[in-house]
Amino acid sequence: MISSTMFASILPEILILVLAILIFIVEPFWKDEKRRNVGWLTAGGLLAAMILSFIFGQPGEPTATLGGMVRFDWLGFFFKMLFMFAGAATALLFMDNEKIGRRGEAYLLLLASLLGMNLMAASADLVMLYLAIETTSIPLYILSGFMLTDGKSTEAGFKYLLFGAMSSAIMLYGFSLVFGFTGTTSLYQLAGMLNAGSLSLTAAFGILALILVGLGFKVSIVPFHFWAPDVYEGAPTPISGFLSTASKAAGFAVLVRLFFVAFPGYAASWTLVLAILSAVTMTVGNLLTLQQTNIKRLLAYSSIAHAGYALIGVVALTQLGAASVIFYLAAYIATNLLAFGIVMAFSRVTGLEEIKDYAGLSRRSPWLGLMMLAAFLSLAGMPPFGGFVAKVFVFAAGVQAGYVWLVIVGIINSIIGVYYYLNVLKFVYLYRMPNEDEENHPVPLTRPYVIALAVLALGVILIGTVFAPWFGWSDAAALNLF
Amino acid sequence: MNFPVLSIITFTPMVAAVLILLMPAQRRNESRAVALMAATFALILSIWVYFSYDQAAAGYQFVEKYNWLPALGISLHFGVDGMSAPLVLLTGVVMFTGVLISWGDEDPHVKAGIQDRPREFFAFLFILASGVFGVFVSLDLFMLFFFYEIAVFPMYLLIAIWGWVVTREYAAMKLTLYLFVGSVVSLVGALVMYWMQYKNTGILSFDMLVMENAGFSQAFQNAWFLPVFFGFAVLGGIWPFHNWSPDGHVAAPTAVSMFHAGVLMKLGAFAALRVGIMLLPEGARHWSWLIMTFAAVAVVYGAYIAFVQTDMKYMIGFSSVSHMGLVMLGLSTLNSTGLTGAGVQMFSHGVMTALFFAVTGMIYDRAHTRMIPELGGMMKIMPFAGVGFIIGGLVSMGMPGFSGFVAEFPIFMGVWREQWLVAVIASISIVITAAYIMMNIRKVFFSELPEKLTGHVGDITVLDKVAIVTLCVLMIGIGLFPSLMVPMVQTGVENIIRLLGGA
Repeated sequence: MISSTMFASILPEILILVLAILIFIVEPFWKDEKRRNVGWLTAGGLLAAMILSFIFGQPGEPTATLGGMVRFDWLGFFFKMLFMFAGAATALLFMDNEKIGRRGEAYLLLLASLLGMNLMAASADLVMLYLAIETTSIPLYILSGFMLTDGKSTEAGFKYLLFGAMSSAIMLYGFSLVFGFTGTTSLYQLAGMLNAGSLSLTAAFGILALILVGLGFKVSIVPFHFWAPDVYEGAPTPISGFLSTASKAAGFAVLVRLFFVAFPGYAASWTLVLAILSAVTMTVGNLLTLQQTNIKRLLAYSSIAHAGYALIGVVALTQLGAASVIFYLAAYIATNLLAFGIVMAFSRVTGLEEIKDYAGLSRRSPWLGLMMLAAFLSLAGMPPFGGFVAKVFVFAAGVQAGYVWLVIVGIINSIIGVYYYLNVLKFVYLYRMPNEDEENHPVPLTRPYVIALAVLALGVILIGTVFAPWFGWSDAAALNLF
Repeated sequence: MNFPVLSIITFTPMVAAVLILLMPAQRRNESRAVALMAATFALILSIWVYFSYDQAAAGYQFVEKYNWLPALGISLHFGVDGMSAPLVLLTGVVMFTGVLISWGDEDPHVKAGIQDRPREFFAFLFILASGVFGVFVSLDLFMLFFFYEIAVFPMYLLIAIWGWVVTREYAAMKLTLYLFVGSVVSLVGALVMYWMQYKNTGILSFDMLVMENAGFSQAFQNAWFLPVFFGFAVLGGIWPFHNWSPDGHVAAPTAVSMFHAGVLMKLGAFAALRVGIMLLPEGARHWSWLIMTFAAVAVVYGAYIAFVQTDMKYMIGFSSVSHMGLVMLGLSTLNSTGLTGAGVQMFSHGVMTALFFAVTGMIYDRAHTRMIPELGGMMKIMPFAGVGFIIGGLVSMGMPGFSGFVAEFPIFMGVWREQWLVAVIASISIVITAAYIMMNIRKVFFSELPEKLTGHVGDITVLDKVAIVTLCVLMIGIGLFPSLMVPMVQTGVENIIRLLGGA
């Protein structure tokens, strides 16, 4: 029985698949020097898919489709839009990367993983969820190790694979226990069964812990974060950007749905655990960031800290909490992609990735310097950039739920954050190159970078100033959880 | 709705900053000209706001309200009252004069003002100015924080890039972290207030006019007044959290010092008043002794430390701590006399200290030293700057006929009514202030010109003179005609007294 709702509910995924097939057909016929244009095709195709889904695939009342495998609601829809936006930006950032820009399979793998993320955000069944997580992860393992001749990249790919396989196996064990105890795999039936008291608190706690290992790995919360810095550093930079934004957000999409929908009955036990994890994640992430000298590692560790901030909203377990997590992720995706994009644009020209190499950037390329200012201040949580509003909303949700201590931990951490983000800007704006001849060392940007960075920077500012529509969507998405 | 003058004032610098950034870097004079035009425009509008404020009607005027995020009760709610209108004018004046004295002299022998990347300098300075205007006119707590943070972060760049090479990195980071810590501590307090209001009244709103009626309990106010008030008061330079301020003043380039001491410190005092005292009046009453104690220490201690400085900028920096201590002292009285004094003192000190820093900057740019023992005979070389400094000094000492007297006298009267001993102790500062100001004037302006400086130190530019005249006219004008400002501030104070329960 095929209905239009069913079609609409997976419209973005169908379009991504069509796009992938199109690339599959077209790419071999293009000459090597033109292969880079697959990036235009991917980004344009994703943009078109977003527009089409927005017109034809908007959800109404939350409904279960495809035999209860997929939930068609605003929560999934908003996340799908975010992922596709991130995917389009990443495709643009791929294009002028020497190693992957002309390899059609890189774009295909990106689309495959995007397909998985979309399904992660929408899945309403543990079986579907697991499949989606694997569909997301496997292409990312390959992409992380994409530069076969580069030792660090292969190490990154392999490390990611091992950690990922391990944690997803543990999570799968958790899923199987859920099925064993309750006899259902549907998230929405699960809640009712659990409320009926078919599960003892100890068993529920154990199951949640197992599942948390898998998701904690995806969103890189302490103590499941060890892979992140090495993988971010070794993987091709566009992949690191994608891993630290879209992939992390996908993990949060699942986390939010799972904890809010399936396990609210056991909230008392897991909110405290999550609160402690959040505090530890922020603190460890930030303290480790302080010592970094490599810009990619700095962003990697700081992205761990950001996962901690976002968790505050999950801990709050209110509609505002959920909305603030989603808003935070939207702001964070735009900001961190911008930061990684700048790192890419810079190292493409110079081949350098240490923080000290950024000395004099604001004189070498004033616009790149300004965008870096926007990205890093947004990460530090300063207005008028997205990071400020996002942080305030998350903190507001925390205070509302009575977690004032957690908010205070968050605030102490954001002060540490301000310190190291400003330290990077000090190199960009204050220090100069050894010979003070910046005008002879410009940092030219190619067209895909210009477009991607400009759109992302605009996004960061828009989220931070005109925040009503973004919050409205986040709120509509959060409403579906209750 | 009328002409949205306040949002135009607030966003003019921001728009100008973007325009300046879009200009090519080589067009140095053009970017300066755009900066000056924007500053003049904002100044004219703020003068217009000041003089068309209807004192008889009082209350909040030029009100604009746009719902920004109704779901959480965030709105763009602007308005000025008798307390904030003078501060908007002050910001306009300091912005205008700051641009004038940063224009400088491109002559490679002189190199006064800002010659390194003026485009970026003015852009960052104007973003800061937008933030400052925004705080003074915001009636919405969320937006107040939004603009407050916008006013804080450009300071880091302005000091770190264009500041005094020796201490700029240290001072810029110290200042930013201090202020950021202060603002986030207040932010937690504000969020707690927001939810407490929701619990009490069922209204979700950051609007401060609504929050005034939130009915916070005495215990709640006692608990949360301290973080909210002191979080902001850090930026007001209150002792013992003043430490960032002299370092920041010294390291900052001239125009930024003017902004910093002239306007930013008022931002802290003003926000502490508007959020701390006006929204948590019972808490203020409970803790006023503590503020009074700290402020009295700041007044005397600041003056004494200023007395022993040999660096002119450190001297003025610590004198700012002392004078801002007077503002806090006025706030702590919670009576109408003291509050009126505090309101006028904010304006008077802003103008005076901007003038001090401007003159010091002019001297430093040309003599390449700020050490008082190494200077001398400036009266002959730059008479205009000398006269300006003397007028500023007289204001600082609280001489009748100048704005300092109009401000300080009511503060001491107000303090006397609450606790005469504090007034006596604080008044020691007047003597110390007179001592260091006069010693400084004697040495720097009237003693023999040292050999080292003879010949290469030239006079200030025409634009510098315009800036000095503007500032002096304001100080003398208010000194001779207190009715220009005092009744206005009183209308604002009446509102505060009403919230305090009509003492």
